[in-house]
Order: sequence, then C-alpha cells, then structure tokens
Amino acid sequence: MMAESFSDKDDKYTVNFGPQHPAAHGVLRLVLEMSGETIDRVDPHIGLLHRGTEKLIEHKTYLQAVPYFDRLDYVSPMNQEQAYALAVESLLGITIPKRAEYIRILFCEITRILNHIMNIAAYAMDVGAMTPFLWTFEEREKLMGFYEEVSGSRMHAAYVRPGGVARDLPIGLTDRIFSWSNGFEKILDDIEGLLTDNRIFKQRTVDIGIVSKKEALDWGFTGPNLRASGIPWDLRKSQPYDSYEDMDFDIPIGKNGDCYDRYLVRVEEMRQSIKIINQSINSLPSGPVKLIDNKINPPKRSDMKTSMEALIHHFKLYTEGYHVPAGEVYRAVEAPKGEFGVHLISDGSNKPYRCRIRAPGFTHMQGMDFMLRGHMLADVPAVLGSIDIVFGEVDR
Amino acid sequence: MLELWHGYVWPFLWIVIKIFLLLLPLLLAVAYLTYAERRIIGAMQLRKGPNVVGWFGLLQPIADALKLLTKEIVIPSGASPVVFLLAPMVTFSLAMVAWAVIPVDAGLVISDINVGILYLFAISSLGVYGVVMAGWASNSRYAFLGAMRSAAQMVSYEVSIGFIMITVLMTAGTLNLSELVLAQSEPLFGFLPGWYLIPHFPMFIVFFISVLAETNRHPFDLPEAESELVAGFMTEYSSMPFALFFLGEYANMIMMSAVVTILFLGGWLPPYDISPFNYLPGFVWFSIKIAFCLFLFIWVRATFPRYRYDQLMRLGWKIFLPFSLFWLILTAFIIVYK
Repeated sequence: MMAESFSDKDDKYTVNFGPQHPAAHGVLRLVLEMSGETIDRVDPHIGLLHRGTEKLIEHKTYLQAVPYFDRLDYVSPMNQEQAYALAVESLLGITIPKRAEYIRILFCEITRILNHIMNIAAYAMDVGAMTPFLWTFEEREKLMGFYEEVSGSRMHAAYVRPGGVARDLPIGLTDRIFSWSNGFEKILDDIEGLLTDNRIFKQRTVDIGIVSKKEALDWGFTGPNLRASGIPWDLRKSQPYDSYEDMDFDIPIGKNGDCYDRYLVRVEEMRQSIKIINQSINSLPSGPVKLIDNKINPPKRSDMKTSMEALIHHFKLYTEGYHVPAGEVYRAVEAPKGEFGVHLISDGSNKPYRCRIRAPGFTHMQGMDFMLRGHMLADVPAVLGSIDIVFGEVDR
Repeated sequence: MLELWHGYVWPFLWIVIKIFLLLLPLLLAVAYLTYAERRIIGAMQLRKGPNVVGWFGLLQPIADALKLLTKEIVIPSGASPVVFLLAPMVTFSLAMVAWAVIPVDAGLVISDINVGILYLFAISSLGVYGVVMAGWASNSRYAFLGAMRSAAQMVSYEVSIGFIMITVLMTAGTLNLSELVLAQSEPLFGFLPGWYLIPHFPMFIVFFISVLAETNRHPFDLPEAESELVAGFMTEYSSMPFALFFLGEYANMIMMSAVVTILFLGGWLPPYDISPFNYLPGFVWFSIKIAFCLFLFIWVRATFPRYRYDQLMRLGWKIFLPFSLFWLILTAFIIVYK
C-alpha cells in the first residue's frame, strides 16, 4: 500500500513561477512541472502585458504609429522604430539622406549596447551576482542621456521616423559619444572581470540550456541566441539596411549554444558596436537628416511663419497624415534581441491596413520548454536571463 | 536572609546582568551590521547606500526596526499558526543562546563550561529547525523548497565544520573555549603569532567557506535565493516574525565570526604581546577580528554569483569533507609522532 502511494506520479508537483516573481523579467508566468528540484516540463503563459499594439496601429496615421514601437521592447526602442520606418519608406518608395542613415546606425548601436548591458546585468543578478547590475546602470544612465539630447526623451524616443530622423544631432554630441565609447571598453573589462572567468558563474552557465544548431533553426531563433549556437546570421551583414554595408565589423558566434556562449556573444557584440559607433561618428556625412519632401516630413518652423504652402503642409501632415500607396512589405532589422520585423499592408489610405509585428522574444520564449527539461529550478532564471526576454514585445 | 541573598538571589541577578551586558551590545551590533553591510556594498557598487536618516544614515537600522514593528503580522490561511510563529522565535533565540559560551576577553564569559565547543556545535546544528519549521508551516512551495535546501545544506556543511573543530581542539588539547584561546598565545617559531590561522591555514579557508554555507550567506544563500525562490523560507513572513529571522541571520553571522576568531584568529589575544599591541583591551581585539570576518562576509556577497543546489552539495561532500578528513588525520599523526 505504501509503495503505491509513493509512486513516481505522486512525486511530481507544479510550481507557479511568476507572474509576480522577482526573476520573471516582467510578467512571465511559467508553470513548472517538477520532481524534486528537477524540471519535467515548462509551460510558459503569456499575454499578461498584451496591449493590442497591432490593432491600435490600424487606427493611427503612419506617423502616429511610431511611438508604439518604442513601447514594444522598451529596452531597445530605436531599433524597432527603425524597422517600422524602413517598412514605410519601402512602401513609399523613397530613400533617405545619407546623414540620416548614419545617425540611425549610430543610435541603433547605442541602443544595442543599452540592451546588452541591461541583459547581462540582469542575467548576472539572476544567477546571484548583484554588483554588475549597478555598474552597468551607471553606463545606461549616460546612454539615456544621449537619447535625451537628440529626442528629448530618455526611453521612448520616437526619434527615427519614416523619411529620416526627427532632428539633427545637437552640437558637440558626437564628441561626447566618442569620449564615452572610449571609456566604455574599460567598464566592460571590469564587468567581465567579475563574470567571465568567475568559476561560480561558469558553473552556473556552461552547458546550461544548450540549443543545437538545428534546434535554433527549427524554433526560429534569431539574434545573439542564434549566433551563440554557431550560425553566423546577422541581418546587418546578410541583408544590409541603412548603410550598414559601409561599416566594418565582425559577427561573434558561439560554439555550444549554452547560456555562457550567449553571454559571451553579447559581450563581444558590444565591443563590435563600439567599433561601429566610432566609425559612424568619424565618417558622418553632412547634409539634411530627413527627406526634403514636405508631403512626408514637416516643413521648417521658420518657413511656416512666412510661407502659406508650408503652413498647409504642416496642417495636413499633423491632421490627415500622408497617404501610402497600396501594397505590402516585410522589413526586418537586426534588433539587439534578434530579427525584429514589421509586415505592413497598406490600402492606399493614411492609416496602415494591417501592421503585423514579428518580435524575436516571442520565438525565443517557445524554446523555454526544451531548453529547461531535465535542468534544475535554479537554472530557470539562468536560461530565462540568457535568452533576453522583454515582455513588451512578446505580448505586444 | 543574607544567606539567601548571597547564596541564590545575587548569583542569579549577576547572571541576568551579565546576559544583558552581552546581549544589548550584541543586538546593537546586529542592527548596525545591517547598516554596515548596506554601506559597504553600496560603496562597492558605486552608490551611496542609506545616508538620509540621521547623520550618515546612522538612524536607518532603528527606522527599519520601527517600520517592521508597526506592520501587520500576516498569517497565511493554509499555514499552521503555532509552528509558523514559533519558527522565527526558535531561530532568533538559538542565535542568542550560543553566545553564552563565547569568551569576549580573558574571564569575560557568561558560562565558562568545559565542553564549550561541543555546545556551540550543538546550538548551530539546531539552527536548521527554525528554517525547516518555517518552510513547513508556511504551506507554500517556495518556502518548502527553501527549507529543504536549507536542511540539506546545513547538514552537509556541518560535517566538515565538525571535522575542522576536532582538528583545532586536538591541537589545543581542550574543549574549553577560553583555554583554546590561551593555547594560541605561545608564539610560533618564536616570532609568528601563535594563532591557529598559520598552522591550519587551509582549514581556515575551508572553515570560513563552510560558515558562509552554514549561515546561508552568499554564495550559498540558496534557501532564500531571490531569483529562484522569491525569499525562500521567509516568503510568507512579514512584520516582526520576518524581523526575527533577519536579526537571527545577522546574529548568526556575528556568532560564527566569533567562532572563527576563537578557533583560528586567537580570540581576544593581540598578535604580539608587546606594546603598542597590548595597549588595547582584549575585547577590542576580539571585536576588530570579528569585524574583519564580517567584512569578508559582505565582500563575498558583493562579488560572487550564487551556487546551484547540486553544485553546493558536490562542494560540501566531495571536496571539503575528504579534505578536512585528510587534514584531521594528518594533524593527528603530527601530534602523536612529533
């Protein structure tokens, strides 16, 4: 009788990991089926941060839709604005000035660093090391200062817009970014000194949550998570957009596809981003930062005081917006978390007919189950931290 | 009447006075240890730490204590109330009781018993009961997992702590803590301090790491691992029961630092019995050494990630246990055949 009551089935129990859990990275709810400390099955539940972004965009003009993209993955706003801007630009059939492209690259790489330091720090905290988190927030503070200088906002910038960027860089900003990027490598070395060769950190991450090449492809992994599995796929190289073809940088790849490789890939990507930042500053072309077409971009404020035409353009742009030719397009960028794509369908009106958003975090989230099976409870935050989930984009 | 006073009342009163003289500074030290930890970790993390309440934030621990005192005690509906409330009391009182045998200075000890080291060992083993009771009574899975981890962890590290204690007491030839300290007063080779830190240096390291595990501190804070178990066995606790756990943990840290000091750092003895070292009274030396150990505790917390459950067990059973056993036998050989 006793033997029956202690069968394998009875040893199992479920634990709710989140949605209110300090390591759930927002509002993730994982239902863990466990036997003892070992995980048998992971069931991720999403949707607790669903805000209906895609539907809301259908009721906004093309320009009004931009800020929604900041709020998807709120750790890397500008890359997503860029994806949307690229999609609208291809529907409109316009090319933007070279200076605007370089500024986009500059800020997208700043965003990449913004995202990766946040991820690495949160990841270190997930495995129990507190200090890197506070060290990196010092740097995030400076980077958000750059955001503020160009856009007036520290997070939700709405800076990259269809047709270019919102305004030119303030005087001296490139110097400040350059001197920051020279000092950042030292900070990165300090953080690596606490983690990369730390035996406990390695014990917690090496061979945890292994993703093979095949699994990574099957589950639609992109970005650092795909590259950590050894597949050198980076949209900045394979399908360059916005002048990325002018930049000289390498794509770091991992070997084993475990948590440690994902960490190393991100650290190296930050060093490459610094390279790109320096290049884009050094070869920043002069010229306009947005398309000189007042049907798409607003006229100068000073012109509006004297020119009737400019005033009409301004009024039409901010009430009706511009009409986009009918058609559909899918444009993707290499966002810090992976391939961020915007599938835009236009019916020729001033509002998108449909705007489908491909969020990289969503596909990575699906992998939680196969990555965690057979691991222990303590590995849940380690794997979760290493695949870099932000719920704003997963739930949209 | 006078006989009663001299025979019973006064000795009893004297013990009570001694207990208060020890516990009051101890509780203050516990409160300010939390402050010191926050300030030191703050400095290591490029931030300030508490600096607003009082001068340099010195009133912060008192403000925190008042806040916790005035909060509501929440008892979860599925919990077993008696055990739930008993658990923090057990933890806290055990952390206090152990101090009865700790000699703060020559002769400054509440109870100078012959088996002091055994008493300490027994009390620190009992510490696990508070945690297990809390985990079981909370009726929460996080708390339960935390308690299970804690039980396994404390038991495994106590084994090697036990062996190291035996090594030290073999060298000293006594179980009495005061005599153990005095045994370290003889200089080594005539010029080095006679502290057991020097001959037993590897054991000092193993002992210190085991103490980290025994007190559930980083990198072995699995029972309360925030990123996995929310707050481990303390998840369901609030208000004063939580404060008792918290104080118990920090009192335990100080207690175990005192044990490290007595076993390896020569207790209240100065490094050399010459001026200017012996100008400072013994209890000041004792406090300085404890403060040094506590600083190590805090430093480790700011630096290291957390071990995983199985890795912690592997470290305890496969590395520390054989090593301390080997050292024990080696010491025995040297003592017998020297």
